[in-house]
Amino acid sequence: MATTNPDSIPPDGRPYHEQPQWRNDFPIDWPQDELVARRDFTKFLVLTSLAFVVGQAWIAFENWSRKRQGRPPVHKIARVDEVPVGATRVFTYPVAHENCLLIRSGADRFVAYSQKCTHLSCAVTPTSRGLHCPCHNGWFDTATGQPTAGPPRRPLPRITLEIRDGVLYATGVEVRS
Amino acid sequence: MKPSIYEFFVDPNRCIGCQSCVQACGECDTHKGTPMIHLEYVDRAISVETVPVICMHCDSPTCAEVCPADAIKRTADGVVQTARKPRCIACNNCVLACPFGVPKMQSNFSLMMKCDMCYDRTSVGLRPMCASVCPSGALWYGTREEMERLRPRSRPVNTFRFGEQTITTKVSMMVPVAGSAQHIDVTSAMNEEPTGESNALDSVFEDM
Repeated sequence: MATTNPDSIPPDGRPYHEQPQWRNDFPIDWPQDELVARRDFTKFLVLTSLAFVVGQAWIAFENWSRKRQGRPPVHKIARVDEVPVGATRVFTYPVAHENCLLIRSGADRFVAYSQKCTHLSCAVTPTSRGLHCPCHNGWFDTATGQPTAGPPRRPLPRITLEIRDGVLYATGVEVRS
Repeated sequence: MKPSIYEFFVDPNRCIGCQSCVQACGECDTHKGTPMIHLEYVDRAISVETVPVICMHCDSPTCAEVCPADAIKRTADGVVQTARKPRCIACNNCVLACPFGVPKMQSNFSLMMKCDMCYDRTSVGLRPMCASVCPSGALWYGTREEMERLRPRSRPVNTFRFGEQTITTKVSMMVPVAGSAQHIDVTSAMNEEPTGESNALDSVFEDM
């Protein structure tokens, strides 16, 4: 049809490349307004699926390499008589940047947890009402490490302890869900 | 999209004011009960003259230019679509801006609705509802050659001037071969008393 232009004509009649940017950002013409072409969407789907596949493979590799590490190391924490009843002590286990919390709740009752809150990994601090995460007001039970209030839903990883000749050793990390 | 070889011609001289087009438009399933065409009385007190008003589908659609919500779109075949429901904010800008007075605000839907040349029909080669029922040929859809053959004393005009604004449209208006098309100065007409029943805000006041 002679009277039909495929594109609308801006009021000043100048070509589109001379028009301000907003006219290209908010086009009157339907084809230009289709922000996502079918081919782009297909590309997005394929690449996203591929990323998920690669991610699964990476997780599998991580699991495999973790199993290959074998038994966790045994670290000395402190002598039993260095920690009075009711006291707490921060130690690192199994690697230097992983802070853990040792709590002596009775004469022969020791518990230890990873200090990372299971919500968003802030450091939990011991209080008289339990372990408190100040970031989002999360609370954990001191005796079990189970979450009692706030956003965390999983218990703190427990550090297994062993006492040999009056010395406390950390022997493993028990991740619970 | 391949442009259709068919064109829309409006000849108000032939309109007999029978309202068939309004009824037919309201029958369409895409907007049932709400006709998007309107039949205007020019000056009912002294004349029986009527004008069917359909969207002229401008190359530079003023309604879309003034839309702050980016709701009015023009497809590649030159048809200016009715406002997109998710975007239209019922601001009435298009209603006030259109030089032909085509868009109407449906305040009960909070949506501007206007003629889209029966896009569901014309995009698959059917005639628009109004043109298929018009008994006098005031609304006519077909090829330009056939129109010239059928109405040798008229010629199609699709360039209009409103004040400083020159508009080219997809729909053509039939005017007598003899004589030139008048240019209308809208701004000077603003000082005159309005005539007829056309009022862009009719539907707003009806609800009050």
